[in-house]
Amino acid sequence: MAYPANFRYTKDHEWVDVKGDLATIGITDYAQSELGDVVFVELPKVGAKIEAGKSFGTVESVKAVSEIYAPAAGEVLEANGDLHNTPETLNTDPHGAAWLIKVKLANPSDVGSLMDAAAYEAFIAEKKKEASA
Amino acid sequence: MESATTPSKIALRKTALNATHRRLGAKMVDFGGWDMPVEYPSSGGLIAEHKAVRGGVGLFDVSHMGDIRIHGTSGKPGGALAAVQHISMNDASLLAIGQAHYSAMLYPEGTFVDDVIVHRLGEDDFLLVINAGTREKDINWVRENTKGFACVIEELSDAYTQLAIQGPRAVDVLQKLTDADLSVIKNYWFTHGTVCGLKNTLIARTGYTGEDGFEIYVPSDAATSERVWNEVMEAGREFQIVPCGLGARNTLRLESKMALYGHEISDKINVWEAGLERYCKMEKGDFIGRAALERAKAAGLTRTLVGLEMLDRGIARDEYCCCGEAGEAVGVVTSGSPSPTLGKNIALAYVPPALAGIGTTIYVEIRGQKCKAQVVATPFYKRPKKVAAPQTAKTV
Repeated sequence: MAYPANFRYTKDHEWVDVKGDLATIGITDYAQSELGDVVFVELPKVGAKIEAGKSFGTVESVKAVSEIYAPAAGEVLEANGDLHNTPETLNTDPHGAAWLIKVKLANPSDVGSLMDAAAYEAFIAEKKKEASA
Repeated sequence: MESATTPSKIALRKTALNATHRRLGAKMVDFGGWDMPVEYPSSGGLIAEHKAVRGGVGLFDVSHMGDIRIHGTSGKPGGALAAVQHISMNDASLLAIGQAHYSAMLYPEGTFVDDVIVHRLGEDDFLLVINAGTREKDINWVRENTKGFACVIEELSDAYTQLAIQGPRAVDVLQKLTDADLSVIKNYWFTHGTVCGLKNTLIARTGYTGEDGFEIYVPSDAATSERVWNEVMEAGREFQIVPCGLGARNTLRLESKMALYGHEISDKINVWEAGLERYCKMEKGDFIGRAALERAKAAGLTRTLVGLEMLDRGIARDEYCCCGEAGEAVGVVTSGSPSPTLGKNIALAYVPPALAGIGTTIYVEIRGQKCKAQVVATPFYKRPKKVAAPQTAKTV
């Protein structure tokens, strides 16, 4: 699956799509493939404040619990309620329909320090090499 | 994060099929020091693997399991039988040659060294199949505690590649590869036959999935192991066989309430607490742990293993705390997971006997939230009994 060029990426495998001071946040295709079958998603309420690098929610597969970390600070404007009933969308469309939250960023320039698509792809290529060593 | 090249990192042990799993694109994990496949994306992942075993057939590499042979020197029931009786809680004298049973080795405290499948190979010849993570501990313990008996202890763990072919179609797959008549092998019995051209292969109707199935033991060289793996996959193609990893193995055994060492059973938990009295034959004579179990029975239980079904949204996981209405701790989850067969979130947990009644409300603390659960009957899943085909078609 391609990593959209307009997204930024974290080392914890979240993506963020920024338009002005509005950001959409999700987990990457690599993250969902590592987790396996996603069966449960827990997201913050509208109005909740998230902090860069801090956990704001949980994604669970059959075998594992995984925290999701905020790529930048902000306030939650919307959480993807569809994932409540169809968490498996995270396995099939992690960069699209299975976005997690929409956020008003406290400081949009924060995301500038995150990886672009090329850097993230190089980062996960290295991870995959480690795993197969 | 620790680098893969850190010198202090202990090399993981590999089964003879390690390269096969990697070639299939399996996700590998460290399981008790073993580099094992947890799931195969090419099979469709854990849930697809689980469902294949419940509805069709799946193939597992379980070569990490250990094998200890205990045999006598006379050929008659004697030293080996006495040794097995001494170190395990089930009654091995009741086994016919060709029969196996579930048992456990206990510490003098009545707690678990390990659980085992005991196979009676001959009058005074037994094969104990033990867990991977406890191999060294078990073999040392067996050697130590059988010193006074006229028997020979052989560790055969590395001699075998052990494959588990599991599911309602397992019999159809394996029958294509062997001259042994599988239809006459009952559950928990075994035979020896030619499998994939390998003479005298141990074929046991056993498994850890709660489904019908077989476990076969073939020579552990990589070429033979891979050839047998591939022949089973080829024979199973018409039944949509898939390779299955430890992830599905865990959800399958949990639905069937089969114990996992380090979770439901350990050196801190005794036989009564674990609810395994069915496999503990107090009347057979003395064995290690028996005296402590007598005392424990007289003293009464302080905790017991129950099945839980989550009522609130949330998944109980291993080691999560069980609590009461007011939030007071009452017990602990030993294994918890979504159940792919039932579509519910299930768990096994130790709680006080007063809270063990079916329908009792228990809360599980999940990330600081009290989530409601209730005690349910176990096993969570029981395979359907075979229904005999109607003798004649009825016409109206």
